[in-house]
Amino acid sequence: MPLPYYVSPEQMMKDKAEYARKGIARGRSIVTLEYRDGILLVAENPSTLLHKISEIYDRIAFAGVGKYNEFENLRIAGIRHADVKGYSYSRGDVTAKALANAYSQALGNIFTQDIKPFEVEVLVAEVGDENGARNEIYHILYDGTIEDERNYAAMGGQADEIRRVLKDHYSDGLALDAALQLGVRALTVTQNKTLSERDLEVAVLDRTKVRRKFRRIPMEALGQLLGTAR
Amino acid sequence: MTGPSDWQNLFNDYGNSSFMELLRREAPHLMPGAPPPAQEAPPEPPHGTTVLSVRYRDGVIMAGDRQATAGYQVAGRRIEKIFKADELSGVGIAGVAGPATEMAKLFQTELEHYEKVEGDNLSLEGKANRLSQMIRMNLPAAMQGLVVVPIFAGFDEKAGIGRLFKYDVTGGRYEETNYDAQGSGSKDARDSLKKLWRRDMTREEALRVTLEALIDAADEDVGTGGPDLVRGIFPSVKTITRSGFQDVPDDEVRRVCEAILADRTRNAAD
Repeated sequence: MPLPYYVSPEQMMKDKAEYARKGIARGRSIVTLEYRDGILLVAENPSTLLHKISEIYDRIAFAGVGKYNEFENLRIAGIRHADVKGYSYSRGDVTAKALANAYSQALGNIFTQDIKPFEVEVLVAEVGDENGARNEIYHILYDGTIEDERNYAAMGGQADEIRRVLKDHYSDGLALDAALQLGVRALTVTQNKTLSERDLEVAVLDRTKVRRKFRRIPMEALGQLLGTAR
Repeated sequence: MTGPSDWQNLFNDYGNSSFMELLRREAPHLMPGAPPPAQEAPPEPPHGTTVLSVRYRDGVIMAGDRQATAGYQVAGRRIEKIFKADELSGVGIAGVAGPATEMAKLFQTELEHYEKVEGDNLSLEGKANRLSQMIRMNLPAAMQGLVVVPIFAGFDEKAGIGRLFKYDVTGGRYEETNYDAQGSGSKDARDSLKKLWRRDMTREEALRVTLEALIDAADEDVGTGGPDLVRGIFPSVKTITRSGFQDVPDDEVRRVCEAILADRTRNAAD
C-alpha cells in the first residue's frame, strides 16, 4: 500500500489560501459605503437576475464575491438563520453580529476541513436605528477571518486599490448620489472603462424605511443618480 | 476527515425555500397544530369575532372589530385582527385568538422567506394555497376546539384586481368574488353586505359599506365589539391596492362610524 505523501500543515494552508485568493481575484468587486440615510452597496454585475447583493432580514443585507454557487449557498443559509431566529425570539433580536459569526465559523471550518476551500468573500451589513445607533459592516474572508469595517469596505479582486480610493475621498454624511458616484469611481479605478447603470447592481439599507430597510435601486433611478455628476 | 457538507450543519441544509418546512425541522414546537393536552374542559380561550373583506374598484378592503371574547366576558378591547401578510396581501383572523395570531405570524414569515430566498413574490394563488395548508395542519387542534378560520385577501398583480378567499376548518379554500365575512358576527355582516355591496364602488363607498356591516354585526352578535366612542376604539380597516397594503387612518374610520351612527339615530324607530 503506497504511503500518502507528507505535506506540512503550513504548506497545505498556503496552497489553499492561494487557491482561494486566485478564485476571488478573477471575479468583479463590490464596495460598501455608509451614507447619510444608511448603507449603500454597489456591485459590478451585468446580470439583472443573478444577484450579488440581497436582503437577509429587516436591517441586514448580504453581499458576496467569488464563486456564485458558493456565496448563494451562504446567502440562503443566512436567510434561514435569520428567519428562524426572528420567529422564535423577536425581529429585533436578529443581529448582523451573530450572522457574521456564523459565516466566519462556516468558512473557517470549510477552509480547514474540506479539500477545496470556498472561493468567496462575504459582507454582512446592518443599518443602525435613527436614534444614532451605529451601522455595522462585517467582512468575512474565505478562511473565516472576520473584520468589522467602518465607513466603507471593499472586497473582490482589486479590493486594495479600491480601498485606497475610498480612503482618500470618503467623508461622513454623504448624500446618496455622492456616495454612489464615489463607489462607482472606486470600482473603475483599476479598469480603463466607465461603468454605466447597466453594469451595476445597487441596493441600500435605508434607515428611513419602516421595518424592511433593504431596497434595490432600479436601473432608471440609478441612471438619474449617476447622471447628476456628469 | 469529515464530510464535505459538514459546515452546513451550522445552518442546516434544506431542499426548498419554504419557511414552514424549515420551521418544522428546526423548531417543530413552534408550528401550529401541536395537540394541546386536554383532559378536562379548559376555560374557554379568547376568540376573535368578526372580520370581513370587501372588493371594490381599486382592490380590496379588509376590516375587523377590535374585541376578543372569552365566553360571556370581554377578553380584550383593542386586539388587532387584520395583519399585513406582505406588500400586496393581508390576512384577517377569526377563531381562537392565540393560535390564530400565531398562524398569521407564521404566514407572514413564510411569504417573506420565500420572497428573500427566491428573489420573487409568490403569486396570490400560491399564497392562498399556502395558508390553506397551514389551516389543515391545525386540524387536530381544531377538533379539540381550537378552531382557526382566517380570511385572506390581496391584490393580484397579474389580473390587476383584488381577490379574496375564505376557508373552512379543514383547510378548504374557496374564492369569493365580491365580499366575505368570518367569525361569530359573520352572518350578520354578510347579510348587511348582501344588501349594500355594489359593483365598482369607490374607496369612500366601500369604506362606508364595510363599517355598516361591522356595526350591524356588533348590533346583533354579543361577541362583536362596535365602535367604542367612550374609549375611542374603532374597527381596524386596511386597503390593499396596486400601491400596497395601507391602513385607513383612525380619524377617517371615526368620521364614517359617527356618520353611520348619526343616520341610525335619526331613523331609529324606537
